[in-house]
Amino acid sequence: MAKLILSMDGLVLKEIPLRKERVSIGRKAHNDIQIDNMAISGEHAAVVTILNDSFLEDLNSTNGTLVNGQSVRKHFLKDGDVIELGKYKMKYLAEAVSPVEEAEAERSAPFRFESVSVVGSGGAATPSTASLTGVETANLPAAAIRLLSGSNAGHQLQLTKTLTSLGRPGQVAVIARRPQGYFLSHVEGAGFPLLNGQAIDSSARRLENHDLIEIAGVKMEFVLKT
Amino acid sequence: MTNRLSAALEIAERSDTGLVRGQNEDSVLADARHGLAILADGMGGYNAGEVASRMATTLLASGLNAAFSTSAAHRIDGTTGQPFGVRCLVEQIEAVNSAIYRASGKEERFGGMGTTLVASVFCDDQVIVAHVGDSRLYRLRGDEFVPLTRDHSLLQEQIDSGLISAEEARYSMNRNLVTRAVGVDAEVDVEIHLHQVRPGDIYLLCSDGLYDMVDEADIRQALLTLGDNLEVLASHLVQMANDNGGEDNVSVVLVKVLREFPAAGGGWSRFWSWHV
Repeated sequence: MAKLILSMDGLVLKEIPLRKERVSIGRKAHNDIQIDNMAISGEHAAVVTILNDSFLEDLNSTNGTLVNGQSVRKHFLKDGDVIELGKYKMKYLAEAVSPVEEAEAERSAPFRFESVSVVGSGGAATPSTASLTGVETANLPAAAIRLLSGSNAGHQLQLTKTLTSLGRPGQVAVIARRPQGYFLSHVEGAGFPLLNGQAIDSSARRLENHDLIEIAGVKMEFVLKT
Repeated sequence: MTNRLSAALEIAERSDTGLVRGQNEDSVLADARHGLAILADGMGGYNAGEVASRMATTLLASGLNAAFSTSAAHRIDGTTGQPFGVRCLVEQIEAVNSAIYRASGKEERFGGMGTTLVASVFCDDQVIVAHVGDSRLYRLRGDEFVPLTRDHSLLQEQIDSGLISAEEARYSMNRNLVTRAVGVDAEVDVEIHLHQVRPGDIYLLCSDGLYDMVDEADIRQALLTLGDNLEVLASHLVQMANDNGGEDNVSVVLVKVLREFPAAGGGWSRFWSWHV
């Protein structure tokens, strides 16, 4: 028999076998699955099971119903689908499984999909917690700008911020630190920065180790620390 | 007066699907000539969210432009003592709410659709800011970067009631649950405020796809560094959200105040304010 495993923040709250043809989910007491939470609509969603197939239907809820991170109105449930209502998650398990496997699935189910999002395997839209700035660029090698001319020649500027601006009023450029590398863009002024002797256009240019940059008459070298 | 506004305001906008969602349910509309900047983040199945947000931005802009052609936004309203634009924004958002609500009742595939909305009207050295839901308006003045709107969201209510701290809120799964929206009910509760504007200010309207993915400190840093080129700044903000995962649609409208824009005929009041 198919079932839903209700969890919140990775904790299993309840296991609900889909015994009835129609199982309603909502905040109000008359629902088959009552979730007493402000973010859940009175009649939020329903799961209709016909033989071995189950369908999820959002009942025009205010905050919507997600399956594997995508908003749905009607959805044919597949084994392992993760339904989200507000902060609650329900994992749909389709098959009748042997008691041993069942116990196993029960123990690991809520944790499995949490860890998937960390490892990044298991493909598509696994909902994950917020990505915070800085995490993604953690693996990026450090880099610096070495000034080759001007009054500060010889000085190095470490590119530690997400954006570092270079130049002076009248000609300003920035280097953006992104997961894919370091990118030079023109910001302000009639003159555009030179990259290895060529003026760049308005699009951002990815920097390679030892690229030569000239901004407002000052020459500098981009250096990757490996 | 409209000519003066477009010379006083520089505007850039971007709206991007992000990397995970199949469609873009955000909608943006900016009009420097009339001093309007509007952003909406739609919700609802199929393409209903797109329909709701598009209706919100276009209907609101046309409604406001029609109203302001009969009476200037800055003109003081006799009954309320506030600029006409304040009452007008509320009324027009109520009209938009009814239109979306009716449309969702009429067509089954649009059932339950709704949208957040943040709208700003610049007039007479002021900005009128109206919002419903969790799309935000921030202001950069000097190096101070602050939100001028407060989310109508479950999360904000939890923060207000002390249930969770602002720091913990970053990890909350409740981030996208709104307590107010346009088009989901027969009536809508619009929050509205009036702020003085200064030359050099940069205003940022954005959907949760930006501030959920990018730290406020990094948004501020981007505004400080790239404020001289709004187009590059707008692209960079969207890029940061996508670099961090791009889990939602991300939209921004940037408005930079280049110079003062006192209302036509405001010369006398300005004269008085100098001498009093």
